[in-house]
Amino acid sequence: MSLIASTTPRRNAIALPSLDAIGAWVLAIVWISPLMFAVWAAFHTPEGALSFKLSAPLTLENFRVAWDSAPWPRYFLNTVLLVSVILAGQLTLCTLAGYAFARFEFPGRDVIFILVLMQLFVLPEVLIVENYVMISRLGLFDTIFGIGVPYMASAFGIFLLRQAFKSVPQELEEAARVEGCGWFGVLWRVYIPAARPTYLAYALVSVATHWNNFLWPLVVTNSTSTRPLTVGLSLFGATESGVNIAVVSAATLMVIAPLFVGFILFQRQFIQAFLRAGIR
Amino acid sequence: MHNPAADLERRRIALYGWMLLAPALILLITFAFLPAVETVWASLFSKGTIRRPSQFVGVDNYFAMFSDPAFKKVVTNNLIYAGITIPVSIAIALGMALWANAQIVGRGFVRAAYFTPTMLPMIAAANLWLFFYTPDLGVIDRITALFGFPSVNWLGQQETALYSVIAVTIWKEAGFYMIFYLAALQTISPELKEAATVEGAGRWTYTRRVVLPLLMPTTMFVFVNAVINSVKLIDHLFILTKGGPDNASKLVLYWVWEMAFAYFDTPAAATMTTLILIVLGVVAAIQFIVLERRVHYR
Repeated sequence: MSLIASTTPRRNAIALPSLDAIGAWVLAIVWISPLMFAVWAAFHTPEGALSFKLSAPLTLENFRVAWDSAPWPRYFLNTVLLVSVILAGQLTLCTLAGYAFARFEFPGRDVIFILVLMQLFVLPEVLIVENYVMISRLGLFDTIFGIGVPYMASAFGIFLLRQAFKSVPQELEEAARVEGCGWFGVLWRVYIPAARPTYLAYALVSVATHWNNFLWPLVVTNSTSTRPLTVGLSLFGATESGVNIAVVSAATLMVIAPLFVGFILFQRQFIQAFLRAGIR
Repeated sequence: MHNPAADLERRRIALYGWMLLAPALILLITFAFLPAVETVWASLFSKGTIRRPSQFVGVDNYFAMFSDPAFKKVVTNNLIYAGITIPVSIAIALGMALWANAQIVGRGFVRAAYFTPTMLPMIAAANLWLFFYTPDLGVIDRITALFGFPSVNWLGQQETALYSVIAVTIWKEAGFYMIFYLAALQTISPELKEAATVEGAGRWTYTRRVVLPLLMPTTMFVFVNAVINSVKLIDHLFILTKGGPDNASKLVLYWVWEMAFAYFDTPAAATMTTLILIVLGVVAAIQFIVLERRVHYR
């Protein structure tokens, strides 16, 4: 492919894109095929799902069976609460800390900033054991707040907002001060509105990350009233050891549906959010 | 010159700064720094029983762990896991980005298809792949059967379990890394392409000599992310293999989880966690040094 391209640089504009397109399409189909097979399986009877016959009858029975065999509404509620609690905590804490790092001079600031950045590597996932002890000590075991609180002081959020605040022209702040704003007024009237795209990007990434998070919630939950969807789905797969692939597929699709529909609808914003946010 | 008013003002600003930082700092200390220190501390004590309480044993736990064949197996597995997932997913991501950036029919679909796995929880992804890996009935065995190959228990045998897990990770992560390459490609000025064409450079030369060097910072960034993910991304093990058969697909963090929450051997879990922290610390140091040299973000 590349050989042809290098010998006929002019003509590849017409001849080659098709070859590129074929490669791109093949990879795209391979990449999406696990999801496609899950869709196929979810809408067929277990026998039909494995027969791969196009004529196999369609059914919604798997969704009914899956829906009835686990407390999904509760799991959905828990996940929604969890991502909301985390996001609210992150936006508050990271805004205050990002503002401090961006606009306040004080001794030790840069050392503290490096320490904060270290948290990008000292991940909550790695510290599951000691964080579990800590959460239990604080009496937060098996609470939604307990799942969320280790993620609230997100080093990544602090870093992002610090960068956003730093790019706000100083004159805007001075104008607000002339009009009598205190530090909070300046933050509220000047910096937060100016950083709105960063907030949106960060919020989308945060919601997507924590909607999908599994290991830490698995460790600190112990009951239906706190378990998020991912943990519920893992338990569901475990109890169906008879490998009813059709029902598991239906349950999986149910779990990913809200985020997935959101992704399809806001695809451009989602991808841009991930771009803007850099790392999770 | 001493100015008491300015002095007071400076102190007031410092106080505000610390007050703004306080809530985030308290949480970071509680859930990152303190637990990290406690982990190292806990790794120096023996496992307590009712009859014999836990006592200080120095680095004995480390020696015990290094001589444990399961430890060697798990660390080797993780090195293989990292050694394959990192370069392969970066290479695929780069290819995806080049294609997703080219003028091709149905580019929107192609981009979405590449990116879709990123949106799924790893647990859900693992469920989808179970359908592929199931012996006899799974999609892979159905396809290989067409060519006369025998059925393979992909997840259930030592030779293939780890590689089956690796395939899922690559599938999940490549689209995510693609996004960063795509962003970087879009910042490359089209004039460079024209200049290269005028100079008679073919597409391959242009890609290798112009595009790849310009993508180096992105590659560095993606690489660090991929290293972190090769440590923390273990959710799919819970569904696919549970580290089995016989530790064949067990990764370091899964081993920590199992030690702590299945065998209640906290010192062993702490010892391994300390090693992970050291490795991540080295990665962090490397990244900070490289970043420091390239861009000093103010």
